[in-house]
Amino acid sequence: MGSEIESMAPEAAPPVTADRHNVELVVNKVPRRLEVESWVTLLDLLRDRLDLIGTKKGCDHGQCGACTVLLNGVRVNSCLTLAVMQDGAEVVTVEGLAEGERLHPLQQAFIDRDAFQCGYCTPGQLCSAVGMLDELDGAPDGDDAVRVREMMSGNVCRCGAYPQITQAVLDVLTASRGEGGAA
Amino acid sequence: MRAFTFSTARTVEEALDALADGATGPVRPIAGGTNLLDLMKEDVARPVALVDVNRLGLDEIRPSEEGGLLLGAMARNAATARNPEVRRRYPLISAAILAGASPQIRNMATNGGNLLQRTRCHYFYDVGTPCNKREPGTGCGAITGLARQHAILGASEQCIATHPSDFCVALAALGATVHVRSTEGRRAIPFDRFHRLPGDEPQRDTTLGENELITAIELPPADEFAAHSTYLKVRERASYAFALVSVAAALDLDEDGVVRGARLALGGVAHKPWRVPAAEAVLVGARPTPAAFEAAAETVLEGARSQGDNAFKIPLAHRAVVRALGMALDGVPSNTGLLGLPFFTSEPFEGPPLDRMDTEEQP
Repeated sequence: MGSEIESMAPEAAPPVTADRHNVELVVNKVPRRLEVESWVTLLDLLRDRLDLIGTKKGCDHGQCGACTVLLNGVRVNSCLTLAVMQDGAEVVTVEGLAEGERLHPLQQAFIDRDAFQCGYCTPGQLCSAVGMLDELDGAPDGDDAVRVREMMSGNVCRCGAYPQITQAVLDVLTASRGEGGAA
Repeated sequence: MRAFTFSTARTVEEALDALADGATGPVRPIAGGTNLLDLMKEDVARPVALVDVNRLGLDEIRPSEEGGLLLGAMARNAATARNPEVRRRYPLISAAILAGASPQIRNMATNGGNLLQRTRCHYFYDVGTPCNKREPGTGCGAITGLARQHAILGASEQCIATHPSDFCVALAALGATVHVRSTEGRRAIPFDRFHRLPGDEPQRDTTLGENELITAIELPPADEFAAHSTYLKVRERASYAFALVSVAAALDLDEDGVVRGARLALGGVAHKPWRVPAAEAVLVGARPTPAAFEAAAETVLEGARSQGDNAFKIPLAHRAVVRALGMALDGVPSNTGLLGLPFFTSEPFEGPPLDRMDTEEQP
């Protein structure tokens, strides 16, 4: 990999081959300490270094949402941030949503509502939906289904399971209101 | 992605020193990274070093000395849109931000970064095609190619790209100021002079110096517009797409319903947010009627020119201006995004009662 990068580097600049940094992250409640090159995205760190391959690399350009994770509790596209920028951060991936054998309510709702076909976008949909429920406080009132569709528009499903995804998220939203708070 | 070195700045001074050190090649600040990293993956941006500017404490949103609001350069777009003072005093800003990108990207992208995002012209992004913006002197693929999303105003023989931001259209309409710093000192740049037209230097999107860092964006007091402001965005799908045409419109109405002040800026039509003071002047002193809105649309689009594929944008922009001014009159904050949902109900805006007679005949 080093030699490839070297040959592609601009002629005027000395090649950068080993800009490595120590990064400490808490991933799914497990503290991790890694040495990474500056150009490694958070997505690649999760998949290639920690073997957390639930998070998917769909487009690698922030357009599909398959790489969505929770970064310090907020949903982000892990393909559009560098691992070195996230030193000290807490990351939750789809692997961290369940409590032991007990699925996250959204995971259960996706199963109950048949909210996927191929399943490739599902980890991103789930993490995005978890983040979305926390964002609703700042959102205007309105029709829930319309709001869910708008707020989930950063996650593409090429199988077209959108009606079921919307329904699954609405189930959890409704249930969480019954309990007097967001999930 | 090409290799680069990375450092984290802990103070503004550290960041400015790092930006000033271009000895081995271009040094870029990275904040949200949502556009820069994408451009680096596509090999369009080739910095040799990145300076992380997320830990400088520039993410505050607070009142300005002039009675307006200071939006920290590193405040996230989502945090800005949902800030209570922004929502109450500058609903146009919230509406524009919420019309852009996806929730995930709005959570990451910063206010300063939003100003500095590059065009989404396909030719700019495709390193296999000529592009005067990416590589000056190579030509423009869009002028003879696919130009559906391209400029109808202010374009040059060199470049017909458009600026992609929604936020910036609202900032232009409100007359914001961009505060910047470098090792040389501080500057305040009026918003209409921050972005530039392509001319014969399309590689330069803005008047920001290479070593300068945006520290804050200042909104002047504009409370008189809060009740009647709108961000209208017309795009190919209902969410998560760039504007074909967008309009930021705001009206200040006196007790008799006559226009006391007006703001009008267009997005998706030029290399920068397009604001024409003469078009606003057309409205001042007039009754807010469809005829007055038509006249303002005529004026703001004066000199509009088609590139072929995008001929539809001229009548589209005209109608969008008329519609946006009508929405502003009615106190409808947006046609899209969270604030544009058909079921949107907000706190009732404070302001003069609407004169329904004036809008009755509007198409």
